[in-house]
Amino acid sequence: MAIIRFEHVDRVFHQNGQDFTALKDINLEVKDREFVAIVGPSGCGKTTCMRMAAGLEHPTGGTVSVDGVVVRAPGPDRAVVFQQFALFPWKTVWDNVEFGLLSLGIAEAERRRRIEHYIGLMGLHGYERAYPHQLSGGMQQRVAIARAYVLDPKVLLMDEPFGALDAQTRVVMQEELVRLARQHPRTVLFITHAVEEAVYLADRIVVMSRRPGTLREILDVKSARQAERWDEIERIEDVMDQPSFVHLRTHVWKLLREQQAPGDTH
Amino acid sequence: MLQPRLATNRWLQLSAVGAFGFLAVWTTAALSGLTSRDFLPTPWDVLQRFVHLAREPFSGATLGMHLLSSLQRFGMGFGLAALVGVPLGLLMARFRWLDRLVTPAFEAVRFVAPIAWVPFAALWFGTGIGGPVLIIFMGAFPPVLINTYRGARQVDLKYIEAAQMLGASHWRAMTQVMLPATVPSIVAGLRISAGLGWQSLVGAELIVASSGVGYLMVKGQAAISTATVMSGMLAIGVVGVIIDAALRRVQHTIETRRGL
Repeated sequence: MAIIRFEHVDRVFHQNGQDFTALKDINLEVKDREFVAIVGPSGCGKTTCMRMAAGLEHPTGGTVSVDGVVVRAPGPDRAVVFQQFALFPWKTVWDNVEFGLLSLGIAEAERRRRIEHYIGLMGLHGYERAYPHQLSGGMQQRVAIARAYVLDPKVLLMDEPFGALDAQTRVVMQEELVRLARQHPRTVLFITHAVEEAVYLADRIVVMSRRPGTLREILDVKSARQAERWDEIERIEDVMDQPSFVHLRTHVWKLLREQQAPGDTH
Repeated sequence: MLQPRLATNRWLQLSAVGAFGFLAVWTTAALSGLTSRDFLPTPWDVLQRFVHLAREPFSGATLGMHLLSSLQRFGMGFGLAALVGVPLGLLMARFRWLDRLVTPAFEAVRFVAPIAWVPFAALWFGTGIGGPVLIIFMGAFPPVLINTYRGARQVDLKYIEAAQMLGASHWRAMTQVMLPATVPSIVAGLRISAGLGWQSLVGAELIVASSGVGYLMVKGQAAISTATVMSGMLAIGVVGVIIDAALRRVQHTIETRRGL
């Protein structure tokens, strides 16, 4: 039962003797094997939410817990996929994927089996001995996803994982992630500013307000998806044509537009 | 780029003109009769002396044997500097208290030039191996420590966070992430260290050794043989260039592998 729970979470930053409230009274529960996407205007603190679940940052008020245990430090039970990949450039694809398994003390045969499985699943066969800089951005992010999934973590935390990719690669990766999520359902907290991406991938979408970040609205995507059987549609562009997809997308856009500061051009 | 780029053959031409110009001025001065050729031999005289020293023992050994003895001392001093400098630099970057503990003493000591350690080394070690090794160490140590420390401080936080997220222990984060992330800086530091160490070695041998290129030069000076002294200088220069080229090669290999 992997549940991520935010309870009355505040985050205040101190800067030049002043206090900035980045997050205010965040209450959110990501259920077991649920895919929750957080969208919000830039600077709303959505990445901070993910980093607190990862244990890379800490709330100044309230608690973040995973499976009832308060998060205090980063660990392999909460695997992170970073926007900037953060692969180790001095290690090969294979060694990058193996790194966390070695921390967990997993035996050689089991390591090999798991690495081969995820390298195959992410379409990285033949690239095991390549170094990250020899791969395209999309391929590098596949390695990062394999590196996270191979740990068999309780929860996956993804911080705009496709934000650094070009539009076409991005679509391919979104389709792959949906495929992966169906084969290996996990509890996922996914941060993005791309509305279509959130509607396509998530079971629920959390829309945040601009600073100080609060939860503006939580939308249920899963029931619409099941009603219209999106899962049986192979291509993302066809899913995006479904009436409920269009409706949800427009709704999220309107919520986000309300959050835009006057004079904010993007 | 501050200097405009030159075509490779133009670049080679200019280098050749510079080298020949230097040799021409030297030869003209030596043959001009203004000084005795014993005091300023021609390049050809030096080369002949060099070949002679390579074949016949002088002050107990051939030039090759003197060089070997020098290289051993250099290897020990430089190796010790790397062995202490790299881990200390990494640990100082990791632990602020160690940084605060070491930095003041280090900053004071590093302004004492390697050659200024000669009297101290002579008092402590006499003519033993410890003296030259200490002096070479003092020359080679600062660059490797400073470069390792600065490199480690600048390691991108995302690698450290990735290592933590992947459950790495402090030891693994240090040896598998901090160290390799710092390697390009370390190698750059080692190159400077090797240069300074090799320069210090000769200073060390001028006074406290009983073999080596520096020792050969002192004996050449005593015999009023400028050609011997200059042969020693030539050997130092050539070996210095070889050491630097080897380390540059290592640096290049590492950078290529990482796509830098």
